[in-house]
Amino acid sequence: MSGESLLTAPSSGCAPAAQPQVLRERGQREVFCGLTGIIWMHRKMQDAFFLVVGSRTCAHLLQSAAGVMIFAEPRFATAIIEERDLAGMADCQDELDRIVDKLLVRRPEIRTLFLVGSCPSEVIKLDLGKAAQRLDAKFAGSVRILNYSGSGIETTFTEGEDACLTALVPEMPAALAGDAPNLLVVGALPDIVEDQFKRLFDELGIGPVHFLPAKRMAELPKVGPNSVFLLAQPFLTETCGALQRRGAKRLDALFPFGAEGTTDWLRAAAEAFGIDRMHFNRVVAPGRERAKRAIAHRRDRLDGKRITFLPDSQLELPLARFLSTELGMVPVEVGTPYLNRELNARELALLPAGTRLSEGQDVDLQLDRVRLDRPDLTVCGLGLANPLEAEGLSTKWAIELVFSPIHGFEQAGDLAELFARPLRRRDILRV
Amino acid sequence: MQLAVWTYEGPPHVGAMRVATAMQDMHYVLHAPQGDTYADLLFTMIERRGKRPPVTYTTFQARDLGKDTASIFQNAARDAYERFAPKALLVGASCTAELIQDDPAGLAEALELPCPVIPLELPSYQRKENWGAAETFYRVVRQLVDRDIRPAPREGRRPLVNLLGPCALGFRHRDDVAEVRKLLDSIGIDVNCVAPLDAAPDDIRTLGRADFNIVLYPETGGEAARWLDQALHQPSIRTVPIGVGATREFIAEVAALAGVDETAALVDPQSRMPWWSRSVDSTYLTGKRVFIFGDATHAIAAARIAHEELGFEVCGLGCYNREFAREMRAAAAFYGVDPLITDDHLEVEDAILNASPELVLGTQMERHIAKRFGIPCAVISSPVHVQDFTARHSPQMGFEGANVIFDTWVHPLVMGLEEHLLTMFRDDFEFSDEAGPSHLHGGAPVARPQAEPAPASRMGEVAEMPTATTIEWTAEAEQELKKVPFFVRGKVRRNTEAFAASQGRGAVDLATLYDAKAHYAR
Repeated sequence: MSGESLLTAPSSGCAPAAQPQVLRERGQREVFCGLTGIIWMHRKMQDAFFLVVGSRTCAHLLQSAAGVMIFAEPRFATAIIEERDLAGMADCQDELDRIVDKLLVRRPEIRTLFLVGSCPSEVIKLDLGKAAQRLDAKFAGSVRILNYSGSGIETTFTEGEDACLTALVPEMPAALAGDAPNLLVVGALPDIVEDQFKRLFDELGIGPVHFLPAKRMAELPKVGPNSVFLLAQPFLTETCGALQRRGAKRLDALFPFGAEGTTDWLRAAAEAFGIDRMHFNRVVAPGRERAKRAIAHRRDRLDGKRITFLPDSQLELPLARFLSTELGMVPVEVGTPYLNRELNARELALLPAGTRLSEGQDVDLQLDRVRLDRPDLTVCGLGLANPLEAEGLSTKWAIELVFSPIHGFEQAGDLAELFARPLRRRDILRV
Repeated sequence: MQLAVWTYEGPPHVGAMRVATAMQDMHYVLHAPQGDTYADLLFTMIERRGKRPPVTYTTFQARDLGKDTASIFQNAARDAYERFAPKALLVGASCTAELIQDDPAGLAEALELPCPVIPLELPSYQRKENWGAAETFYRVVRQLVDRDIRPAPREGRRPLVNLLGPCALGFRHRDDVAEVRKLLDSIGIDVNCVAPLDAAPDDIRTLGRADFNIVLYPETGGEAARWLDQALHQPSIRTVPIGVGATREFIAEVAALAGVDETAALVDPQSRMPWWSRSVDSTYLTGKRVFIFGDATHAIAAARIAHEELGFEVCGLGCYNREFAREMRAAAAFYGVDPLITDDHLEVEDAILNASPELVLGTQMERHIAKRFGIPCAVISSPVHVQDFTARHSPQMGFEGANVIFDTWVHPLVMGLEEHLLTMFRDDFEFSDEAGPSHLHGGAPVARPQAEPAPASRMGEVAEMPTATTIEWTAEAEQELKKVPFFVRGKVRRNTEAFAASQGRGAVDLATLYDAKAHYAR
């Protein structure tokens, strides 16, 4: 590895030859708000607590989305704003202090407390930034208190993770100019996937490698001009900007879905660290072959099948690319809540010409198109899946793609299986 | 502010959605931020509906604030009318839209849509889901009922009633309606309209045709029935037919009000619960301590069944909807327990541990509490999860409902013979109480709470019996305690420690254990 290769690391994607047309619609959006991110973030960050400051609706959303997990060991809760808070009979900041005190007494093991903004708290302009600062000073040394917004008016589903990680970036220790270059892998991943990637980076001779978010606050990695980072998730626009402002460079790559995506993603890191190409191929080959074999098992079922993605998580683009290039599926419409062209430049370039891209949503118009297109599979949220099934359209519910391990070589077969299963089931059933 | 991990009820606009989704030809335009559409999945996933709820959300975003949220609302309402052509439109705001004060009522009125528009005022920061459903149904009825439509003369026709209260996402509402219809039919009474479930605005218009109303669920139908009584002088029956006794009373009241002979309904050959409960196999149920929590209607009905029809001892009773606190207090007084009226599940958990029940009857939430502490449990009330929207017919009401309830409640208990065997062969390696009831899977239940690794889940409190004191147990006494069946062991431990403390004994030895047993036996 050499410092020189780091300097030549590309900081953004090659400009795509032609900008594809994107259908932009505004109307009813059938999506989750960013608060939902808490459900997986709190499992990942084991000494963090997420306190939503919001309404009964926010609490109800979390429990509806979390299902039974809420009883496992929840490190999230809602401070429900009440009439007296709105009428000014209670000072919201005092109330918040009281609740945080109560919470931290009961959960002394908490090291990071996120005050998470919601639609109500944003609309009444409750200054959670100020509250976080004040409380942080009060609990200095024992608990770090941060704030971000997961409100629906500002964030869609996975953007909640983006907002949360963005709040963590200023907390990362500064790497000094003389420090060895480090690689950051950015985006919450299931532990098993994180470990697989760690082993691959070790074998490649890339290091030190750190993950953001870290399991514990004390393990937050250093960042500085010698840092490069790989985005593991496509929805990290703000986090990416914050890391770049601290001097780190983004390695442009496909997202690590499927054999090709994962290879490209690893290669970006290998090139940045000046890893010998032969060595790279040798290390990557077994995983890549396993991935291809596992994918091949599903190919007969998925090849040539037409698929539509409704907007949900921003994973739609890379997943459509994976299904198209590695499984022969035909993307009809790929909807995304938000399209970051720079982060997705390489993904876009690999989508077949004629794929209809849409950003934003008017759900009724989009469903009209689904009914007209009649794709073999529609990837959508749980509010739409059963109604579409009842109309005779096969669906794959999208949230599972955020909650299941789908990154990397070893999960490529599972990822394909997630899309093959609804079709297989449809063929099996005789009722 | 109130700190909450779990809520028994959603916000009031979810109640409004339950009414809109229950109805036909009704549409609800909800001024709400992006994200509030999560509530759709309650209907499509938990109730497994094959249609989207008839709700259009404005899903405004931050960039819309301060300029055009009002026009977004008007566009959404106009588009919804054109697309879905409802016979009536509900309009209202969710919690966030309530703060931006766009006035959905005035905005919708200005559109002059060619259908009735029913504005909803649902104070999200004061009220909750059940209240929202009751209020919405009341508004619908009040606005749509044709006051000139009155019952036809009684000569030459069967009596006619309305069934009020069944909703979308209601616990067993579908099957309760079928069961009550059957009962009424057997004594010659016809149903004019069930509402809101499956009713269209036109059906609501003709509610006045009925001779009287039957309120199946006071939580959702009570307000509308009250108004119908005032405005149309339609009396209502409020006895809820859950349990054999309550069903008999219900039949008698309905028959009296309708002027028909009730006999045909009272002898139902399919009613097996009374004999099941009298059969000697059920003797072991006598005096089992049961803790009951849920919505007030189901909890109060369950207490009566437990007490009169299964011979249980009600050791705790409560509800989460304070609108029915008065009824709950009266019922609790009858059973000689303190009423528990709270929407804080941690309080419920403490109360359950304090009462040391042998069976918990509650909501999904109590199911999880009971599971954690190894106490058998059955679900009697919302909120419930998907498994309590069953494919099979499983009412709570009427005689078939009583059959269902008997099976449901007895099932989680260790069966009588097994209970004896467990006591006799407790040291048998294959047949010890750690193995749990043989008819329930996955049930190695019952490490008693103290033995669990302290779960930090109760907001950091150690999940122990709350009265666990510092009193020491000798090894011998601890060993002897293990011979007590697991389902009463917690109670024996607590009683013994309380006894030891009251006697000023610092430790529990064998003698103290048996002194305490004698003491409590008196």
